[in-house]
Amino acid sequence: MAESSFDTGKDLERLDSVSSDILRSVRLSKGFKIWMGILIIGLGICLYAYTIQLRKGLGVTGMRDFTSWGMYIANFVFFVGTSLVGMLISSVLGLIGVKWIKPIGRIAEIIAVAFAAVAGLVIISDMGRPDRLPYVFLFGRVQSPILWDVTVVVTYFVLSLLLWFLPMIPDLAIARTRINDRPGFLIKAYKLLSFKWIDHEEQYRILNRAVRVLLILIIPMAFAIHTVTSWLFAVNPRTGWDSTIFGPYFISGAFVSGTAAVIIAMYFFRVNYNLQKYLTSDHFDKIARIMVLVSIVYIYFNLNEFLVPWYKTKTQDAIHLEDLFMGGHALLFWGVQLLGLLIPVILMLFRRMRRPFPMLLISIAMLTGAWLKRFLIVVPPQAHPNLPIQKVPVEWMVYKPTLNEILVTAASFIIVLIIVTLLSKFFPVIPIREMVSDFPEAGSENQPEPKISNA
Amino acid sequence: MKKKPEKTKIKKILESSRRDFLKKVGLVGAASVAGASAVYSGYRYEKSKSPGDTIKVLTEDNRLVEIPRDQVKDYEPDLKVLQTRGREGIKGKRWIWVIDLSKCRNARKCVEACQAAHHLRPYEYHINTLIMQESVNTPAFFMPKPCQHCDNPPCVSVCPVDATFKRQDGAVLIDNKRCIGCRFCMAACPYSARIFHWQEPLAVQGDKGKEYDVELNIPQAKGTITKCLLSSDMLRKGQLPYCVTACPNGVFYFGDEYENAVTNGTTKETVNLKELLEKNGAYRLLTELGTQPRVYYLPPKNRLFEFKKDPDVEYKEFT
Repeated sequence: MAESSFDTGKDLERLDSVSSDILRSVRLSKGFKIWMGILIIGLGICLYAYTIQLRKGLGVTGMRDFTSWGMYIANFVFFVGTSLVGMLISSVLGLIGVKWIKPIGRIAEIIAVAFAAVAGLVIISDMGRPDRLPYVFLFGRVQSPILWDVTVVVTYFVLSLLLWFLPMIPDLAIARTRINDRPGFLIKAYKLLSFKWIDHEEQYRILNRAVRVLLILIIPMAFAIHTVTSWLFAVNPRTGWDSTIFGPYFISGAFVSGTAAVIIAMYFFRVNYNLQKYLTSDHFDKIARIMVLVSIVYIYFNLNEFLVPWYKTKTQDAIHLEDLFMGGHALLFWGVQLLGLLIPVILMLFRRMRRPFPMLLISIAMLTGAWLKRFLIVVPPQAHPNLPIQKVPVEWMVYKPTLNEILVTAASFIIVLIIVTLLSKFFPVIPIREMVSDFPEAGSENQPEPKISNA
Repeated sequence: MKKKPEKTKIKKILESSRRDFLKKVGLVGAASVAGASAVYSGYRYEKSKSPGDTIKVLTEDNRLVEIPRDQVKDYEPDLKVLQTRGREGIKGKRWIWVIDLSKCRNARKCVEACQAAHHLRPYEYHINTLIMQESVNTPAFFMPKPCQHCDNPPCVSVCPVDATFKRQDGAVLIDNKRCIGCRFCMAACPYSARIFHWQEPLAVQGDKGKEYDVELNIPQAKGTITKCLLSSDMLRKGQLPYCVTACPNGVFYFGDEYENAVTNGTTKETVNLKELLEKNGAYRLLTELGTQPRVYYLPPKNRLFEFKKDPDVEYKEFT
């Protein structure tokens, strides 16, 4: 019927096997319900912590007048950064024509959508008066980088959502005829969302053109979101933030954390949804090479960001760097730089370390390091203002996150996990259509590694 | 005329066994007579104020008008007026502040007066006196540090909702009815001049129902910023800021740059601004940042008193 482009019986056979492989996980399994249950209970507890904050004010966090941006802002930077990977993988590598990346493209978009969506929530949790959020739109001043950030993050989220959804329409059309044993609402949703897709040539032409425009548009948008996020700091005349390379420094760091998040998601999808044939160890090997590349770029920016001021030791820079290199934040700083960046890069130079499980561990270390690095970017520069901190309570001198604050931050991660779970559970995580047409061998038993076809 | 019958009554009462009853009657009688006469005199007074009884009033646009005396009431600006004039500032003025560090002995009266006026806790500062020392070889000195009311204020640039703004008279104010609590201005301020209400402000109960005056920033509000307002409410009344008049040591000079004159808050002596700055080698804080502060400091030279560090006070949070 619909699959007009699959003329031969062999192609239809492959479509059957690929779609049954990929759609196998699309169901409300027991494991899924338990997992969602845990997430929702966790979220409930964390949201209760947020209600306490709403009632009592931001005083329930560790933030005070001198370190007035803490964990929430660090988390926001981390979220915006991690969402950038959607652009890197599906757009940059896709447009260049890197074929092996195709099965990972949709995973990258899921990560992008989830992190970009929650970044907006994270920033609201940091507001003293969240009830006045509409003021940003009613009284917004274009001079303020916050306005730029709101604009580009919302745009990036919408573009990412479209880039996740549009290329999936043919897959939804395939799925709607092949998941008869699934809950009715899912079939209905597929019917609705596949927009009467009949695999017509004209439909492909329109879709491909739309996706191509989006793939190009999302590149400047992704650079914009993280550059503007870096400017939230770099525009302030404050040592530690007062840097001209903050834009590229943040973007290169974002590629590291985003790629780490994608690798972690790949690992769990591969194992939980039995997608070993599609997310092969070769994919892990190749994405690890990308990880090495983006990490080296990030290390390069780190060198610039820290070595140059260290050489000059201007008074305020010296105080800041001494705190990072030898002072109160030294353990965190060296832990992050070594365990979260340098050592993983060295490990990934070895082929054995680029297999799925070692890559999972390496990625977790790098993602944790990336989060803590954002903390180091946001918090320490505030601890040493130009004029001394005097005659205030001791709690105001050093920033210590409170349990309340940690729970609200945990809530953001739980929401990301919920979005990733729902998107990956109710929709195919691997592009079925492209697997069939572009990778004739993908998913077959004797050929675990997809080869690039010349079609 | 009235007294005679009363007198005889009293005599009778004294003799009578029903004197209690009669006493009450007498009191009621006297009270009603007094009451009636009061009402009558009130009526006479009201009548005497004929519609022709007017007073002359000079309006804002310099017109002399006549209005009935009984319609005159004290002017209470409403929120809209307070906001409009608070955001515009005082026309034709350009406030300037000179702080003479050679005189500051850390009395902290400026801090106390400010905190009393703006309902702040002992560790919530619009102005704070800091202990400063440039190097071990130079003497330590005290430095009162209010908001510098920069002419190129980084805090105003970054505010996403126009909650903090620069007025034509030079003051940088904060409107806590607009502030969304993002604290970008705190991050931007190189002088740590801004404070945030992390919990309920100190006098939140007592200030309930007060009309919000942006020039005083009262009532203070949880989840918003507050900062030095240059005592704009006092300036509007033609008076010097709270901290300036509270200083016992003559540290503060305050005035109008256009007039080229500043007045010492303690001695009330008015001096030539340019001369004061020039003769004392005035400087401003962190000028390399391009913020163009409106607060000038006179160096801590020729100090005739011993530098005494203030006793370590333990400030407790949210008390």
